[in-house]
Amino acid sequence: MSPLKRKINGLRRSPMAFGIVLFAGLLVVGSGYTAVQAAVSPSTAVTRSQEQIDLGKKLFLSNCASCHGKNAEGSLNAPSLIGVGEASVDFQVSTGRMPGAASGPQLQVKPVQFTADQISALAAYVGSLADGPSIPDAAYLQANGEVSKGRALFLTNCAMCHNAAGVGGALTQGKYAPNLMGSSEKTIYEAMLTGPQNMPVFNDANITPAEKNDVITYLKYLQTNRSVGGDELGNLGPVVEGLVAWLGLLGLIIAITIWLGAKSN
Amino acid sequence: MSENSKEVAKLGAGVYSDHEYDAGLRVIHQDAVADPGIEPHRVRMTDKSEKHEKSAVRQVATLFTISMLGSALALWAYFAFPISEDLTTVRVNTLFLGIGITLGLMGIGIGAVHWAKTLMPENEVSEERHLARGSDEKRAAAVEIINLANQESGFSRRKLIRRTLYGSLALFPLPGVILFADLGGKPGNNPGDKLRHTAWGPGTRLTLDPYGFDGEGIKPADITVGSVFHIIPKGLDPEHEDYLEQKAKAAVLLVRVDPAELVESDEKKGWSYQGIVAYSKICTHVGCPVALYEQHTHHLLCPCHQSTFDLLNGCKVIFGPATRALPQLPISVDKDGYLVAQSDFLEPVGPSFWDRSVKQ
Repeated sequence: MSPLKRKINGLRRSPMAFGIVLFAGLLVVGSGYTAVQAAVSPSTAVTRSQEQIDLGKKLFLSNCASCHGKNAEGSLNAPSLIGVGEASVDFQVSTGRMPGAASGPQLQVKPVQFTADQISALAAYVGSLADGPSIPDAAYLQANGEVSKGRALFLTNCAMCHNAAGVGGALTQGKYAPNLMGSSEKTIYEAMLTGPQNMPVFNDANITPAEKNDVITYLKYLQTNRSVGGDELGNLGPVVEGLVAWLGLLGLIIAITIWLGAKSN
Repeated sequence: MSENSKEVAKLGAGVYSDHEYDAGLRVIHQDAVADPGIEPHRVRMTDKSEKHEKSAVRQVATLFTISMLGSALALWAYFAFPISEDLTTVRVNTLFLGIGITLGLMGIGIGAVHWAKTLMPENEVSEERHLARGSDEKRAAAVEIINLANQESGFSRRKLIRRTLYGSLALFPLPGVILFADLGGKPGNNPGDKLRHTAWGPGTRLTLDPYGFDGEGIKPADITVGSVFHIIPKGLDPEHEDYLEQKAKAAVLLVRVDPAELVESDEKKGWSYQGIVAYSKICTHVGCPVALYEQHTHHLLCPCHQSTFDLLNGCKVIFGPATRALPQLPISVDKDGYLVAQSDFLEPVGPSFWDRSVKQ
């Protein structure tokens, strides 16, 4: 027996051996699991630098704090932003809804007030206050999922407010579900994840990140493929179609009938 | 009363009664709508001037030419815009085919009417309507045919045939009538029973619509405040024959709210689980899916007729034509920690019908 082998055998028999092996095994399994988890989870490790957070805090104090409070704790006019996550900030600011211009039933889409860097700084600051939904992983924003599955999910979860064709619709007391035909992949994902304003949240237990990608795929398909059945008339359904049929087509038929019965000059 | 109107009134009274009485102010017109006769003839421009006549000829010819061009367009479009795998090619194909065929047919129609109106003779004539009653000879001939048929078939003579024919004609509609029994009234097959029960039962797990039916179920921790889950009973297989009927009755909306905000009546205490409530998605007005949930107002809105339900307060109606609150599904958690129904709905879901008494 070589001296090395003898040494290993000696170690194997030492009382520490069991503990060491157990620790090593747990280390391998644990770190491997964490690595796999990180690869699966849509909210990848957030990289926010201290400079970003500082810039974000400055922007927050000068633009948002008058309603949301100096420490984002909220006020009578606006909710607390602690724990809303970076995805909420990115959605609200990058679509121009925030900063709000006036109180009303619902925040309006306006020209965006900040640059992309400023928006990510604001998001980093709010995200640093408490954990919340983070900005979605680009892997789920490729619109490369299954269109038919996305359609089924959209019809079950979204179509009652946003209309089966995604053109939006009215809610109660002046609120409305917006038209989605101009929405970007990231906006759609963040809206599902954070539930802006009166929209409910669709968390990952309800619609998984891959399924969210399917929904995005369906909406992108609608955005790029026009209806095969001719003009959509705004996709608003029977009201508009009835208006065209009864006023337009019936009017034309009546006009032709009058012309048929009229005498020629 | 003038002499003249008295005369008229007398005349009217005389028409309706043997006894003379004063008909009051009633005025009887002998001919309510006077025959206006044929209106005066107006000479057309095309009859008066050769220039107009020629231009009318050109117009008709142009319309027929447009028709020819339209038909040619339709023929060309059929080959120029073939329908491929991509469904959107249907759009341009049908558009041009439709325009072409419309021009082809409308051109002929409008051209022909214009031709008739401007260039063909236009003498006004009035034709008397012929009497609805046939001439005596025709009527006699018809009776003769019926008599001959009776004689040849022996319909009056052969009593056995005649009576069995009557019997068969009387019985023939009965199978059709008995089919109506399927609409109700037959014991054990009352459609009202189908309206009373859904696929929910004690211990049925809640799963996600549309892809969760073969999954394990949903745990209460999955349902975060502010989220809304569209739920069907576990095991509702899309391949099953009556999947859509069952789903249409059993569809449920699952929402978690702050338990402190929830107002629960005494009899429905224990129907929710840690602030998670499940309500039927079928509107009590005419059965549309009520699924427009507003996260902050907790209003449920029906998209069809704007009935609005207050989720915090037993889904009572706060606006719109619905008259009853949405039925609540009592839920709890099974031993594996999944959300389950405690029982079926305790009242029929959906719109009102003739007898909504609860039969367990």
